[in-house]
Amino acid sequence: MSKILIRGAKVLGGEAQDVLIDGETIAEVGTGLSAEGATVIEAEGKVLLPGLVDLHTHLREPGREDSETVLTGTRAAASGGFTAVFAMANTFPVADTAGVVEQVWRLGKESGYCDVQPIGAVTVGLEGKQLSELGAMHDSAARVTVFSDDGKCVDDAVIMRRALEYVKAFGGVVAQHAQEPRLTEGAQMNEGVVSGELGLGGWPAVAEESIIARDVLLAEHVGSRVHICHLSTAGSVEIVRWAKSRGIDVTAEVTPHHLLLTEELVRSYNAVYKVNPPLRTEADVLALREALADGTIDIVATDHAPHPHEDKDCEWAAAAMGMVGLETALSVVQQTMVETGLLDWAGVADRMSFAPARIGGLENHGRPVSAGEPANLTLVETSYRGVVDPAQFASRSRNTPYEGRELPGRVTHTFLRGRATVVDGTLA
Amino acid sequence: MKRHLISAADLTRDDAVLILDTAEEMARVADRPIKKLPTLRGLTVVNLFFEDSTRTRISFEAAAKRLSADVINFSAKGSSVSKGESLKDTALTLEAMGADAVVIRHHASGAPYRLATSGWIDSAVVNAGDGTHEHPTQALLDAFTIRRRLVGRDAGLGKDLDGRRVTIVGDVLHSRVARSNVQLLHTLGAEVTVVAPPTLVPIGVGSWPCEVSYNLDEVLPKSDAVMMLRVQRERMNAAFFPTEREYSRRYGLDGDRMAKMPGHAIVMHPGPMNRGMEITAQVADSDRCTAVEQVANGVSTRMAVLYLLLGGSEPAVATGNAPAPAASRPSPATTPERGAERRPFDAEESK
Repeated sequence: MSKILIRGAKVLGGEAQDVLIDGETIAEVGTGLSAEGATVIEAEGKVLLPGLVDLHTHLREPGREDSETVLTGTRAAASGGFTAVFAMANTFPVADTAGVVEQVWRLGKESGYCDVQPIGAVTVGLEGKQLSELGAMHDSAARVTVFSDDGKCVDDAVIMRRALEYVKAFGGVVAQHAQEPRLTEGAQMNEGVVSGELGLGGWPAVAEESIIARDVLLAEHVGSRVHICHLSTAGSVEIVRWAKSRGIDVTAEVTPHHLLLTEELVRSYNAVYKVNPPLRTEADVLALREALADGTIDIVATDHAPHPHEDKDCEWAAAAMGMVGLETALSVVQQTMVETGLLDWAGVADRMSFAPARIGGLENHGRPVSAGEPANLTLVETSYRGVVDPAQFASRSRNTPYEGRELPGRVTHTFLRGRATVVDGTLA
Repeated sequence: MKRHLISAADLTRDDAVLILDTAEEMARVADRPIKKLPTLRGLTVVNLFFEDSTRTRISFEAAAKRLSADVINFSAKGSSVSKGESLKDTALTLEAMGADAVVIRHHASGAPYRLATSGWIDSAVVNAGDGTHEHPTQALLDAFTIRRRLVGRDAGLGKDLDGRRVTIVGDVLHSRVARSNVQLLHTLGAEVTVVAPPTLVPIGVGSWPCEVSYNLDEVLPKSDAVMMLRVQRERMNAAFFPTEREYSRRYGLDGDRMAKMPGHAIVMHPGPMNRGMEITAQVADSDRCTAVEQVANGVSTRMAVLYLLLGGSEPAVATGNAPAPAASRPSPATTPERGAERRPFDAEESK
């Protein structure tokens, strides 16, 4: 591999510096570095971040290759500045055995755009009845450490307790999709004023909050670590804040769409706004931003959920839940967190790279931008303003809620172990 | 308003009064030996029903036929199982067949809105009940019934329901009838109270333009009209109330309760009634119960809606000495093209 000199980038938003990549690693960081023998990327005014890490991605393969494959999903990830994604387990077949997680892991290796770390299902078939062979998945080539039944809640308290305890043997973590199933039967949107008017089944905040409250108490009781997926309500923030103040080992994520969009959009009955957990209220959005800024919420995770057009171009009740997010995540975070003054770029690096890599146990991602570290890097043109055009997505699916919306910032370059996967905003 | 009727909230006070006045004209047709007008001759109305509802369908069918429209009944139940493609594909099929209006009943809230706004079809869309969202023609026929009974058939023309006290009792949470009625009756100036056990009132009802009470006996003496909603017995299984008998005791309307109502007050029911559940036979069969009238009024009201959406660039009701609707109609040959610029319910245009 040749040398690449990124010249004059604001590293983590700080002072302009040069970063020299040699092969797979960062050789030097400083000012006035020699460009000899190196390809030069002029990065004046741009922000250089560690490669982004997404703890929550649905790549859909195996099973729903009509909506996404590991290849198209990792291309979308690279476009959005990600160098590692965690692939959720709700595939067909479910990633509940060593065989399936190794398949996903191998497909990720072959794609070459982004590292893919499979997540294993907590229970067989995501049915919440019997633990999957968690140890076998950890011992497999995929080295699974994050386990989740995402899409479904591990609602049985005993199964959840056992899972939390069991994965301690190999440093694993359970990522909970917090949704009390009985309280959300037939749920179509946030329960509140708007659901009452629209006549859509309500998904009450308490269905999320009650599970989070239970699980942080379980984690405390058995001395385990628990991660909360896509936290979406102000009440959930309060519970996690309380748990952390008590020393409970809990981490939490928020999606970009919950940082920006509210339930008011559902009035259009346009199913592109249908997502689980649902879009909430303005007060929730503001509480989530605040919590991400103060560290109560540790990370941003996309919950990238591709669906084919026909699963969205229909009546609300029949539509699938979920939104694509990899290619717009950083822009939404820039708009909601950076441009509001809640977070600086070093904070973004923490919430979207350092912290998710740490929670997920990835050793070679989420590393500082300094000499000797793996050259996983993302260069962002923060002054850019553009209208989201789904036709330009690398993802196989187009179900974005941001179509036609102007968002700030774009990723111009992404480097995975020194290799450019995105150059000048285009996939390499 | 627009070229569709999706929600009662789409109607202004003047829109709604125009529809009620037009419906009175249409009602006169029913008194004639030949109950038919040539108004919509050559136009096609499709009844697209994704949910069983014989009563509503035949009401729309009768309305369209009395206006001489061609009627196609499309029962799509079962073909829409879980995917939405069938709504879109069905819509495209109907469009290709030249439907001028689509009357849609669907189990999914918002389906008529999607049909009207997704660019799938160009027809006028009439919501005949969507999920637990709205049922605007039911609200219109209810308002029509209230106005006739409490204001008068002729005296009511041009009037709204200013100050009338309407009480809606029952499963408000799951009721599209209640949602549309609260909106429309409020628009028409009525004072609306909904009465239900707290489990059957939606979260967020505080923002609705109505009062909420859990106590039927307190509200009855202050009601000019009491609308009893059908309560599905199955709700009991989801713990919305303990037993049928308890529901009936606390929220059912029987003879003793009816006696607490003012002498002029009426009892309404959108049907089908659960006799013995929300209403006793004694009340249902009394002179004060308008359930059967509501059915007849439903046809007149739906005639008015179809007329105004499809052809009513001129009023069916002239001020003063009203001619029969047919007299003021353009002949079918000169019926103008439907287009987005036409706003049949717009009061200005219908002068």
